[in-house]
Amino acid sequence: MNAIIRTDRRLSMTVVGPVLGLIALLVAGALLNPNFLGWDNLTNVLARSAFIGIIAVGMTFVITAGGLDLSVGSMAAFIAGLMILMMNKALPGLGVGIPVVLLGMATALIAGLGAGLLNGLLITRLGIEPFIVTLGSMGIYRSLVTWLADGGTLSLDFTLRSFYQPVYYGGVFGISWPIIVFALVVIIGEIVMRSTAFGRHCAAIGSNDQVARYSSVRVGHVRLMTYAALGMLVGVATIMYVPRLGSASSATGVLWELEAIAAVIIGGTVLKGGFGRVWGTVIGVLILSLIGNILNLTDFVSPYLNGAIQGAIIVLAVVLQRESKADG
Amino acid sequence: MGDVVNQPVLELRRVSRSFGPIEVLHDVDIVLRPGRVHALIGENGAGKSTTMKIMAGYQPPSQGEVEFDGQPVRFQTIAEAEGLGISMIHQEFNLAEQLTVEQNIFLGREIRRGLLLDKPAMRRRTRELLARLDCSVSPDRRVSDLSNSDKQMVEIAKALLRDTRVLIMDEPTAVLTRSETAVLLRQVRALKEAGTAVLFTSHKLDEVSEIADDLTIMRDGRVVWSGPAAEMDEHDMATAMVGREMSDLFAPKLGQPGDLALEVRNLNVAGHATDISLSLRQGEILGVAGLIGSGRTETFEAICGLRPGQGDIRVFGKPVQIDQPWQAQALGMCYLTEDRKTRGLLLDKGMHENLTLQALERFVDRGRIDRAAEDDALTRAIADFDIRGHRDSLIRNLSGGNQQKLLFAKVLLAEPRIVIIDEPTRGIDIGTKQQMYEFIRNLASQGQAIVVISSEMQEVIGLADRVLVMRQGRIMGELQDEEASEDAIVRLAMGVVQTTPAEEKTV
Repeated sequence: MNAIIRTDRRLSMTVVGPVLGLIALLVAGALLNPNFLGWDNLTNVLARSAFIGIIAVGMTFVITAGGLDLSVGSMAAFIAGLMILMMNKALPGLGVGIPVVLLGMATALIAGLGAGLLNGLLITRLGIEPFIVTLGSMGIYRSLVTWLADGGTLSLDFTLRSFYQPVYYGGVFGISWPIIVFALVVIIGEIVMRSTAFGRHCAAIGSNDQVARYSSVRVGHVRLMTYAALGMLVGVATIMYVPRLGSASSATGVLWELEAIAAVIIGGTVLKGGFGRVWGTVIGVLILSLIGNILNLTDFVSPYLNGAIQGAIIVLAVVLQRESKADG
Repeated sequence: MGDVVNQPVLELRRVSRSFGPIEVLHDVDIVLRPGRVHALIGENGAGKSTTMKIMAGYQPPSQGEVEFDGQPVRFQTIAEAEGLGISMIHQEFNLAEQLTVEQNIFLGREIRRGLLLDKPAMRRRTRELLARLDCSVSPDRRVSDLSNSDKQMVEIAKALLRDTRVLIMDEPTAVLTRSETAVLLRQVRALKEAGTAVLFTSHKLDEVSEIADDLTIMRDGRVVWSGPAAEMDEHDMATAMVGREMSDLFAPKLGQPGDLALEVRNLNVAGHATDISLSLRQGEILGVAGLIGSGRTETFEAICGLRPGQGDIRVFGKPVQIDQPWQAQALGMCYLTEDRKTRGLLLDKGMHENLTLQALERFVDRGRIDRAAEDDALTRAIADFDIRGHRDSLIRNLSGGNQQKLLFAKVLLAEPRIVIIDEPTRGIDIGTKQQMYEFIRNLASQGQAIVVISSEMQEVIGLADRVLVMRQGRIMGELQDEEASEDAIVRLAMGVVQTTPAEEKTV
């Protein structure tokens, strides 16, 4: 009996906490600025959080399986640079049109998958700590994009950019594509995490990889797949991101990895692995972007303090998780 | 024994303890006296651990009193209890794995000279303590490199350093071999002569008869018998613990082996086993005996792809290459670990997740896990293996016996045709043991090929059709059912081979 009380209370704390936080933010935002709950503002916030959100869904799997990936921000910048180079190169041959955009998208997906597999192989085959491997690849990709751009900015051909722009700015029924893609990724992610063998295996490995190994789970394979999937999703996020600005530089995607990790943790996924929740991650992403949005809309607190508030919330989220575990 | 009855040093009076609405201890009385060894026995979940934790100040009683030297005490912290000289040694060791033996013994009590540590003094004292315990480990060894028995000795050395008046030990011999147990019991006797009150739990009733002066038997959170140990023999103890007459522990053997299931030729496991050859038939139970560290576990882990090894392995006649455990499982072979807490079960997950982990693909319907089927499987496992405890509780909160049964159910869900069971009854009570033996026998009668690795000789003898004895990474001999006696096994395991032809048979 004692045990049930324990599980229940733990769930209620970590489940309700982030949801309450989100509601509190929405209420505060609405009180501080009447435009906050407007359609334009909310869709704008959602569209901008889609990049981090798509990456954070992948990150949820990596962290749940006991891993970590610090390279996603640099990886996004590198993939964006690669995409732009590829599309500019192919433009004279293919002309402005759907084929060249599809080529760019394919480049992003393949590059993302490749980068993710590389991280995953180094971690699973050579047995190097994920922190070290991805710290290294973070530096490598960041440096590569700077080199590709020769220290400056890589820009997509102007006419092509106008053609490609609807992928970020357009949409159906007034909902922009980034939001739609983000929603699809979340729904698929939630199903995979909650009701497939892969999701269950991720949680088992993060909980205790020895137990998983002794239970005939293909530990290395599952881990590798989490990094590959994350790489792919970084590619997807980049596909949505490039049409927004049409450029990539060494400043692209800076700190995205930390925002993604923070969103995952705020959403109730345990940093050391073993328990992950995709919809929680979505709430984490929304909380982080809403804070920035509210600070921008009000002159109550300087927007420069955005980072400080986000930081405090991350720490608070982890404290809440821990307490619910300790006193249960 | 017991001519002079000393004043009690630590006493529980009508102690009850509840967790939420559930009372797990009811009116427990227990008295520890200086210079006497008190054994506390009972099935898993009988309330022994909670009783010990209350005595050592880990938990307060919900009702009733704890008295120390005749004065009622209420420990706020463990440190208060320790300050009075009460030490508890846990089943799961409480050692800093990355520190050395010496650093562990002095952890929190370092001897200082000015601002710096007085290492020579600590070294001297460590050697003294270890010598008293007949323990030959070097003070510089890292605890993570030690065997379980040496860790136990370090724990006891720690307690000795603290001038312990009451020493509480939770199943100190569960992980020890016979010879190590003998050393431990000698130490317990020495502590007793020095006037320490000792409380210990054990599932090994022969030890209890051997060393205990006083005995308390618990069942379902109550004391069902208490008095001088000399008044109870092992049979009486078992009956009192279980609450019913114990029939024969082992079901009769079947002895109708079928086709060859597993053949191993010249297997080498670097650092653990050399030149292992063995065979196993369907419907057969092969016992593997030997001291801890003789390479039994490592040999079979290598066969199942859990660690690297070189050799020829045939499964049902086909030569196979197994590098990963899932490959072994695909061939119908599963290894059931001896270490259920760190390798067998996910302690922070529920029964469902654990039960189906090993055979999860069988519960996947069009890509998604079929939760209803999973729930049905749990219902069946609970019924088949008599698993007690709430279905929604975390594994961490189940008793050792129920964990073991769930681990058993989990591995069998993968429907292996060859099952290697390492220490099937470690740290579980006698009633559950009997059930485990029955499960194993049933499996064999259904035609599964079974290996039972065990440090308990009675278990190997009682269960196995054939016994292999290992020593220092080699198979020392094979004993047929009728030849397998404790004496014969010990001779082979210790390397004192008697030159009678029957025992020299090698594989």
